[in-house]
Amino acid sequence: MIIASLSRWLMPLLIGLALLSLLAASFLGATPLSFDRILAAIFGVGLPGDQIVIWEIRLPRALCAFVVGAALGVSGAALQGLLRNPLAEPGVLGVTVTASLGATFALYYGVTAYAPVALPLFAIAGAMAATGLLAFAALRTSSIVTLILVGVGISSFSAAVMALLMNLAPNPFSLSDMINWMLGSVANRSFDDLILSAPFLIAGLAILWFSRRGLSALILGEEGASAVGLNLNRQRLLVVIGAGLATGGAVALAGAIGFVGIVAPHLVRPLVGHDPGRSLLPSGLLAGVILVLADIGVRLLPTSTELKLGVAASLIGAPVFVWIAVQRRSIHE
Amino acid sequence: MNKITVKNITVTRGEAGLVNGANVSVGDGEFAVLLGPNGAGKTSLLRAALGLLPVDSGETFLNEKPIGAIDVTERAKMVSYLPQTRALAWPVSVRDVVALGRFAHGAPLGKLPERDAKAVDDAIAKCGLERFANRSTATLSGGELARVHFARAFAANTPLMVADEPVAALDPLHQHQVLRLMRGYVDNGGGVLCVLHDIGLAAQYADRLIWMMDGKIVADGSVDETLTSERMAEIYGVNAVIQKQSGKCTIHIDGPA
Repeated sequence: MIIASLSRWLMPLLIGLALLSLLAASFLGATPLSFDRILAAIFGVGLPGDQIVIWEIRLPRALCAFVVGAALGVSGAALQGLLRNPLAEPGVLGVTVTASLGATFALYYGVTAYAPVALPLFAIAGAMAATGLLAFAALRTSSIVTLILVGVGISSFSAAVMALLMNLAPNPFSLSDMINWMLGSVANRSFDDLILSAPFLIAGLAILWFSRRGLSALILGEEGASAVGLNLNRQRLLVVIGAGLATGGAVALAGAIGFVGIVAPHLVRPLVGHDPGRSLLPSGLLAGVILVLADIGVRLLPTSTELKLGVAASLIGAPVFVWIAVQRRSIHE
Repeated sequence: MNKITVKNITVTRGEAGLVNGANVSVGDGEFAVLLGPNGAGKTSLLRAALGLLPVDSGETFLNEKPIGAIDVTERAKMVSYLPQTRALAWPVSVRDVVALGRFAHGAPLGKLPERDAKAVDDAIAKCGLERFANRSTATLSGGELARVHFARAFAANTPLMVADEPVAALDPLHQHQVLRLMRGYVDNGGGVLCVLHDIGLAAQYADRLIWMMDGKIVADGSVDETLTSERMAEIYGVNAVIQKQSGKCTIHIDGPA
């Protein structure tokens, strides 16, 4: 009963939650502001100081968290549909780490100084290298376990190269830059950062959205999906490029944030009849809400140094990952 | 006239020859059953016929057009295919699986246009799955799931159907029900190419038997012409007593020849 009514109202509920969480994120912060001052600032008629707090600090940060979550949630749901495994996710498969490696390269060699757009481009190149390698491995093996292990290998290798860069870092400043990138955060992000990544995020999400019917066909397995008329190679390509663009864009914005792409689709799936095609949009919205709430959390936690969003996401997400893995075993074997 | 034609196809994987120069053509109004022992190359032949398996030589045609030149969506509108693997990636509802039969028509799951919804409802009713329609496929037995897949192929409303052991794992009642549905489909003008392991069922329902061994087609003809004790010994290596009486055929297999 609860599931039935929840699934009927899922989309309005998630959109409402998304708006509420963004509003809550604008209310909370170091400078206490009253309700009417915040509303006035949001609608552009507030005090100049309030306007700056809302429009240049709190809202960009909250929107970044939401967009990053949405991109990772949709990418996760799409990769899970393509690889037919609930544990597939950009973080677990090494896509986010490889994307942050790309971003670190751009920062390390100062490419971003010449053209800021190099940051998302390098991150996307990294993400696509990883998703491409995964798709290539998927062509050669039908075993999902093998595929996840390939992802673990990609992830370890990228982490190793990252460690190498840190090892060779010329000064403590670039070292701390890189560490910030690996931990993942949306602190101090501006609308300019958002606009820089936006075209890639939009393109990636549009491609994934376009691939959703193929994800439904893959319920039947690869042979069954091609039997009902799915062009498998095209489908693989769409998801690889779409997830590469979206994840790369998200990493360029916030660094490596893991597990949100697993948790959100896992919660959404029973409410959309377990159809991966129908899970894309709600997974994106829920993952966005989760990251906005988690970011509010790290801002409010009374720690001397602010907890990084990526650290918080992993602290919550990794145990959930293990829980899903254990459950899956008990059902299928 | 719809027709699927395999011309001189050879498929090898590494050292092993899976199909060796096979020629077959199945069209409207024909119920052709592919018979042969395990490893004879039946599944490979079906997959090559649909263009799902790269071939070393030879060609497949769908209505005189090379299969490689036909868009997969167009192919799916002409031939429905039931592969042997029935496992589903996610525990979706029975109706959603059947609705995937309409994939080539562009129907998204969850909000089927009227025409597609009707085809799905018809297929569910024909296969006696109304009781299960909204159940999760995770709760079904193997035989029930096989019927769901059959309904999925049925919902596609294609002129031709290719099926790989569609009645394996079904109880006798449902074996006959599925084969009757296929027979009805053929009598209404459809064409079927199907792998079966039960010779008795094949003899009862099929118009034509295609016998395969070691990747080669060794006989192709009506039940009367091709089903003999000698052939059973040659193909399956068993001693079989075959009695044909007024259109009915009984087979008793004694044991290894």
